[in-house]
Amino acid sequence: MVLLTLLAAVAIAIVRQRSLFGVVLLSGIYSFLIASVMIVLDAIDVALTEASVGAGVSVVILLATLHLIKTTEAAHTRASWLPIFVSLGVGGALVWGTLTLPPFGTPDAPIHRHVAPYYIENALRETNVPNIVSAVLADYRGYDTLGETVVIFTAGIGVMMLLRGGKRRRSEDDKAEDAS
Amino acid sequence: MQALNNFIAHYNYVITIFLMITGLYIMVARSNMVKKLIGLSIFQTSVYLLYLEPGKILGGTPPIIDKAFTVYSNPLPHVLILTAIVVGVATLALGLALVVRINEAYGSIEEDEIFKKDREQ
Amino acid sequence: MKFDLILRIGTKLILPFVLVFAFYIHFHGDYRPGGGFQGGVIAAGTVFLVAITFGLAAAKRIAPNWLVEFMVPLGVLIFAGAGVAGLLMGKNYLDYSVFSANSATGHELGILIVELGVLITVAGTMTALFYAFVERGR
Repeated sequence: MVLLTLLAAVAIAIVRQRSLFGVVLLSGIYSFLIASVMIVLDAIDVALTEASVGAGVSVVILLATLHLIKTTEAAHTRASWLPIFVSLGVGGALVWGTLTLPPFGTPDAPIHRHVAPYYIENALRETNVPNIVSAVLADYRGYDTLGETVVIFTAGIGVMMLLRGGKRRRSEDDKAEDAS
Repeated sequence: MQALNNFIAHYNYVITIFLMITGLYIMVARSNMVKKLIGLSIFQTSVYLLYLEPGKILGGTPPIIDKAFTVYSNPLPHVLILTAIVVGVATLALGLALVVRINEAYGSIEEDEIFKKDREQ
Repeated sequence: MKFDLILRIGTKLILPFVLVFAFYIHFHGDYRPGGGFQGGVIAAGTVFLVAITFGLAAAKRIAPNWLVEFMVPLGVLIFAGAGVAGLLMGKNYLDYSVFSANSATGHELGILIVELGVLITVAGTMTALFYAFVERGR
């Protein structure tokens, strides 16, 4: 609960902070806080991933990007009452929607009745793997993970296409403009 | 008292939704593109929490089978979110690559300035 | 940065342990929290660490461009190939029980193979992303 409140505080700080370096560092702090919350929620695999990906890789990539661009945000000129109004409207509707959800941590909520008990009972016998998350990830939901791997592959190819080739062509364009 | 108890039982959802609308607000209101992407990732993490929170059972343990425990938290949301996080960073990098190319083409990453330049042409 | 003694020595000391930890997380993913995704990210983290401390050229000596670009599709092919192996032996796609006589052991082995494919793709992609961004800046 304390962690969740801290998360909200960091989120507000990200909104207020104008220097992009500050924003990136705050997002690293935010990722570590999220990872701690995930440990409390018993999702240790996910916490490990979030700590290494969110606080490690994405911060490094954001910093590498900041090396290439201007690092201060311009003061915004747009009237900002409409976004606030829209956000609060959406938030109010969502909070109203959560009121009828089962309270936090109840064992007989509908989510625990369906597929999950099958995994918990049979994962060890059918796959010899005590970590149910690994078993479900790679075995029961193999297609899912294959798709995710292909998505990562595609994103990597896309970034390489965007950042490798373009520079040469652009300088040729400049030359053509100079010639004409 | 009843209302207070109800609020505490749903406190996690309230904070999750607060994070969600914070991300939404950054996406809509700010014109700096890197900040928009960070807002997008805040929105994304709030979705992770929204998935993981119902899976928790009070008094349960992480879903790794051991003879000492009988109550495990729900493993299914963990699996879904685990892959979503890694895909999330891959798409974030794709967005940042686009930002870098936009910066090279327009000399700016502020949305307002880019629109202005487009209108001038 | 080049003359920062503590950083350089510290990185050299930490590096092998980080790499071993990455593979520990992968191979122990069956019994402890962990798996291919986390192991891949941590393995890519070692390359980041070398590049940040010793410069890009040193990182390129450890993980040259061709190796990284080779790893990206290789992992996907290992994953998909594990599925095709099931097809060839008369079972469904991605049915791991063909890898061993005992169905449960086959599943355990299949999970390891598939997670290895995930590890290779994730490590390769993350390193390739990092190289692409850093090279753009020069």
